[in-house]
Amino acid sequence: MFTRILTSALFAGAAAGLITALLQLYFVQPVLLHAELYEGGDLVHFGAQELAPAVQELGGFDAVRDGLSIIFTMLIYAGYALVLVALMSVAEERGASINGRSGLIWGVCGFIAVHFAPGLSLAPEVPGVAAADITARQIWWGATVLAAAIAMWLIAFGQSWTAWGAAVVLLLAPHVVGAPQPDVFTGPVPTELGALFAARAFGIGLAAWVMLGGFAGYFWSRDETA
Amino acid sequence: MTTQTVAVKSTSRISAAILAVAFGIGIVAITGHVQAAALHDAAHDVRHATGFPCH
Repeated sequence: MFTRILTSALFAGAAAGLITALLQLYFVQPVLLHAELYEGGDLVHFGAQELAPAVQELGGFDAVRDGLSIIFTMLIYAGYALVLVALMSVAEERGASINGRSGLIWGVCGFIAVHFAPGLSLAPEVPGVAAADITARQIWWGATVLAAAIAMWLIAFGQSWTAWGAAVVLLLAPHVVGAPQPDVFTGPVPTELGALFAARAFGIGLAAWVMLGGFAGYFWSRDETA
Repeated sequence: MTTQTVAVKSTSRISAAILAVAFGIGIVAITGHVQAAALHDAAHDVRHATGFPCH
């Protein structure tokens, strides 16, 4: 059984991770590199005598840096796939139908749990932003992902208003408590770049998770005889 | 299939699932969250793009 989970997860994670890495390199990386010019002080936005043009020469594909990004993206989504496929196997045993189509919905729920829910209060960070202590943010991030993941399960498989009510509480609580925020704002990056970065990170994240869920469901159902 | 084999199958599925979840969380933690300098630098762009807390 573990082998079946492992095989489906690695195939799904590698495929979704590779496509996601390419999407990120095309849509997210240029915004990040542009922001780094402000982070490093090569460009100045606030208080500058003359504003820098909004279009900058950012350099092309960097084999080492971008190659590492591709490998790490595939690793991260393989890790997520292991969790996703394991939960799919448990759900299937409880009567849920798992295939490529239902996997798409699993993917959307995965995106909400690990990307959108924490990102609602800890927005995807463009380089250079002010932020609270990293450990505090990581703890809040982990707790929020866990709460949102349980909430997604309760919404999907809960059978009573108690379960659905608990899901709503789990989704809201981390944001009512509040994420760790910096004491002062020091970000040197134009807000236009910060907003575009967050929007792109969410958009590519949704695409990544829909692919991951679809692939995971597909490979899992194909491997049924194993 | 007897009740006993169903129960055994179910237990093995649950333990396999728990093992896979542990592996998965381990991989995401190491690639996405551990702050060791080498890992942080190598995964820097991905951590930002994936919305993880970075730095």
